[in-house]
Amino acid sequence: MIINHPHLGPRDASEFTILGDASLINRPDWQAGDADDAFYTYQYLRDNPAGLHRELWFHEQGDRSWLVVTRDTVTHAVIAVALASDVAKAAKTKTAQKTAPKKVATQKTATKKTAAKKTVDKKTAAKKAAAKRNAI
Amino acid sequence: MRYSIWSLINQALTGNRNWTPVWREPEPKSHYDIVIVGGGGHGLATAFYLASRYGMKNIAVLEKGWIGSGNIGRNTTIVRSNYLLDGNEPFYEQSLQLWEGLEQDINYNAMMSQRGIINLYHSDAQRDSYVRRGNAMRLHGADAELLNQDQLRRLCPFLDYENARFPIMGGLLQKRAGTARHDAVAWGYARAADQRGVDIIQNCDVTDFLIKDGVCTGVETSKGTIRAGKIGVAVAGSTSRVMAKAGLRLPIESHVLQAFVTEGLKPVIPGVITFGAGHFYISQSDKGGLVFGGDIDGYNSYAQRGNLPVFEDVCEGGMAIMPMIGRARMLRNWGGIMDMSMDGSPIIDKTPIDHLYLNAGWCYGGFKATPASGLCFAHLLARDEPHKVATKLRLDRFRRGAMLDERGAGAQPNLH
Repeated sequence: MIINHPHLGPRDASEFTILGDASLINRPDWQAGDADDAFYTYQYLRDNPAGLHRELWFHEQGDRSWLVVTRDTVTHAVIAVALASDVAKAAKTKTAQKTAPKKVATQKTATKKTAAKKTVDKKTAAKKAAAKRNAI
Repeated sequence: MRYSIWSLINQALTGNRNWTPVWREPEPKSHYDIVIVGGGGHGLATAFYLASRYGMKNIAVLEKGWIGSGNIGRNTTIVRSNYLLDGNEPFYEQSLQLWEGLEQDINYNAMMSQRGIINLYHSDAQRDSYVRRGNAMRLHGADAELLNQDQLRRLCPFLDYENARFPIMGGLLQKRAGTARHDAVAWGYARAADQRGVDIIQNCDVTDFLIKDGVCTGVETSKGTIRAGKIGVAVAGSTSRVMAKAGLRLPIESHVLQAFVTEGLKPVIPGVITFGAGHFYISQSDKGGLVFGGDIDGYNSYAQRGNLPVFEDVCEGGMAIMPMIGRARMLRNWGGIMDMSMDGSPIIDKTPIDHLYLNAGWCYGGFKATPASGLCFAHLLARDEPHKVATKLRLDRFRRGAMLDERGAGAQPNLH
């Protein structure tokens, strides 16, 4: 697998380590009343989709940046890559601006080969990722 | 037809014309007492033990593909019970005991061969940890034997004892461990269950669960609606996908594990050998091919194939302990989808939905567990209480903080 790093261009996946589902960015509030439940869900439960999956990769053998990679778990095709810091910032400003969550189509549709490797520029990738995060 | 030396001679003398199909191919009925979703090793074993040990009748196994098309036919065939933790070791020892009597139980040659497993150790600290593991095994009635380097040299003279980075100091031997013919396990359980009246329905895809007021009453399938008193799901790598249809999110990620086979060689490796400093395990099949594997690839995957970096890593592990395999040519490699749980241990439990039961989270240790998994799942389905060796394999243990983490890696499925 080749991961198209926003700063460094196409890099082999073996330079990276993977942490898991990108929902791990959204750490629950430990002071909230439902923190017990929220942390159980955050720590242990996963969507584990067959198809598009947003996940956190760490460029351990490179610039040590954290990336949010959107990848197809059926074909291993990498669809979009964004800096995790951008995704987190975008999510914060979005939740600050909006209260009503948007509905986005489910992830099942994109399992086929149509999901060819595309170089998506950083900003659109971050926007897309943020939209998807809202859906999850 | 019962298989025996007489049936074999009889068939041989009559030109092998009178063999009958190994199992029926029935059409599904509209109602069963128990429906098992997933016709892999665990699902078939569950049906067999339900029928043979718990006296249940009117059982169906629904399989999306064909019997033996999943992980039961895609593993490295190793059978062992060398676990450390209280919640795991009795379960795997129960499994090994069932393996020992399996061929008589199901009247099928599963080529169970107790050729032993040796876990190599490479440092004093690792030896100490293996002593602890061996003692834990013996406390639960399993066998374990610590070998020093001289004893190991007599068994396996071909290992690279003087390796500069990871010298081999000895190993932990479990003699009763070994290998079994994986496909035969699926076929044998299927045949034995079928003979006891279980309907095995192949090419039957479960598309939805019928759930009303928190009670599951059946499944929608590609062959129509099937109602059932109880529904047990044992679908390994597809667990999250299938259970999502029932609205459940689970502590499971699906990952790909690769395995490899070389060309056939003369007998060189006496049992199963595992590398203690990397992740590599190897045995030799009865056909002569070296069968080996290592780590999962590490990323979520539903593709039954992996990538080359792991291929390289596994081969490096092999070369580190037995350089003699360097000239063997690789014939095949393949991948299977593992249901990696958050603590590396399995789940055999009820779900929050009544009459819906779950058997999952086998990580990449599912094959050796096949008989005990079937027995414990059958016990749960028949009696509505966990079998005594599976009391800790609960779905809610993550919420309770009662993890069964053999490796101590935490909630990180790709590290187990």
